[in-house]
Amino acid sequence: MEMSANNLFLAKIDEAARWAQSSSVWPLTMGLACCAIEMMVIPAPQYDISRIGSEVFRSSPRQADLMIVSGRVSNKMAPIVRRLYDQMAEPKWVISMGACASSGGVFDNYAILQGIDQVVPVDVYVPGCPPTPDGLVYAINLIQQQIRTGGRGGIFARA
Amino acid sequence: MSDHLPDWIGTEGNPPNFGDPTAVLEPEPYEVVSRSDDEMVLSMGPQHPSTHGVLQVVLSIDGETVKRAEPEIGYLHTGIEKSAENLFWNQSLTVIDRMDYLAPLTNNFAFCRGVEKLLGITDQVPRRAQQIRVMMAEMTRITSHCIWLGTHAIDLGAISPFFFTVDLRENILDLIEAASGARMNMTYFRVGGVNGDLPEGFLERLDEVIAKFPRRMRDLRDLLQKNPIWTDREIGVGVISAEDAVAWGLTGPALRASGVAYDLRKIEPYSTYEEYEFDVPTRTEGDCYARFLVRLDEMEESMRIIEQVRKRLEPGPIMINEPAVALPPKPSIGLSMESLIYHFKLVSEGFRVPAGDVYGAVEGPRGEIGYYIVSNGENRPWRVRTRPPSFYNLQALRKIAAGNLIADVVVMIGSLDPVFGEVDR
Repeated sequence: MEMSANNLFLAKIDEAARWAQSSSVWPLTMGLACCAIEMMVIPAPQYDISRIGSEVFRSSPRQADLMIVSGRVSNKMAPIVRRLYDQMAEPKWVISMGACASSGGVFDNYAILQGIDQVVPVDVYVPGCPPTPDGLVYAINLIQQQIRTGGRGGIFARA
Repeated sequence: MSDHLPDWIGTEGNPPNFGDPTAVLEPEPYEVVSRSDDEMVLSMGPQHPSTHGVLQVVLSIDGETVKRAEPEIGYLHTGIEKSAENLFWNQSLTVIDRMDYLAPLTNNFAFCRGVEKLLGITDQVPRRAQQIRVMMAEMTRITSHCIWLGTHAIDLGAISPFFFTVDLRENILDLIEAASGARMNMTYFRVGGVNGDLPEGFLERLDEVIAKFPRRMRDLRDLLQKNPIWTDREIGVGVISAEDAVAWGLTGPALRASGVAYDLRKIEPYSTYEEYEFDVPTRTEGDCYARFLVRLDEMEESMRIIEQVRKRLEPGPIMINEPAVALPPKPSIGLSMESLIYHFKLVSEGFRVPAGDVYGAVEGPRGEIGYYIVSNGENRPWRVRTRPPSFYNLQALRKIAAGNLIADVVVMIGSLDPVFGEVDR
């Protein structure tokens, strides 16, 4: 009886915590390239991610839950992206925004990291060059779904 | 190697007039982290909300005062110039788009103009294509200044202008998307014309945007221009004298705010710019507030040009009638063997450009954006060298930041409006 009551209790807290967590995913202000411009406009009234609780862009990685890798990552920038990821508090999520962050995109050359998943674990990949803001909002929705269901890793945000 | 190339290309070492490269490239050494009694070295960036991308500024500070500011660039180095050497001429446009990603069409514009000069077809580009190019270039100028104003205002603590500018930008981007198919990185221009004609209903939607524009601009001016916080932060901050601006190679609003009325659209008119009536806004103060006013005025002038183009837009072809350069019209491919062959050849190996070198430039939102293009007669560029206005404008930061407060460095970076895709390439 106690055990099952405990079980029931624990399950509900977990669910409530997940719900709360998924409704306040705060992204890190880290603009890299073209995609950053499309990332910047999502708090604006046209896309308005405050509807889903993500409008608070945090400039300090210590306060952020979600890293949106918005754009091409050069070999010079890659260690910094990794350091920022390490500085973020657990639990944390990563969106790889755009073709360049996901796979190097059109820049298959000496300067660009061929996919950000070589340095940080990615939860959702958003295709596009750059993806539309709608695509990014959908990716944040997928992150929320993931948080609620507890799953992780490797989702493509196909609109 | 062809005779048309400059003498020094293909020879050992560096061009003779560039001098000793090690002497040029050797930077003054500076510490990234150090601390002594009267000086602290603070690294601002590359992840910082106010550096507009991935700029790192190494600041030597004494209290709140900046003694030295050293911009450290290269965090977004993409190898675009090198990538362009491995792509066909028209394919190069796609990577060149991604340099100044706030105004991709002006990049395309400058590159196309360069290649067209080299091909000797500048005069044959159809008039309608030229007019569409001008219209689109001015539209991207407005969207680019929208993003600049929104982010610059956020840096200074005002978030409402951002919402207004994003709204204006979205209205214009909808139009650009309707014509080109993409919101950003459109690659709408092609060598010899533009990719597609304006879609149905485009001009009516444009009229709505034109009608809405003056009210939006008035709102923006009301929010900022006489706002005491804004004027306190901007007036007298980051003054660049006209001599310095010219000496440092500044162009665009940063130069015109210092009193030099240098605008390629007036000085060397291209693509029917000579037919339109517009002013080149200039100020003489050279401070951040002057740059702010010049850009706001420029947005209005751009809209003036768009209105005039809209009135004079003539029906006609949008692509040059030159089968060696332009793809044949799609319907003719099923009917004519010749068209099919040209289509196949253009898609599989591109067109060839006569050997030679050329400089093609246009007035972008940040200043003179130019491409020095060298061809050795192949279907790919031999070398593409960019003249990125942001790179030159950013140099001024080192000079104007010294002796000012740390908080003003944010204002100065914002008012110079660098785009790092272009600075680092």
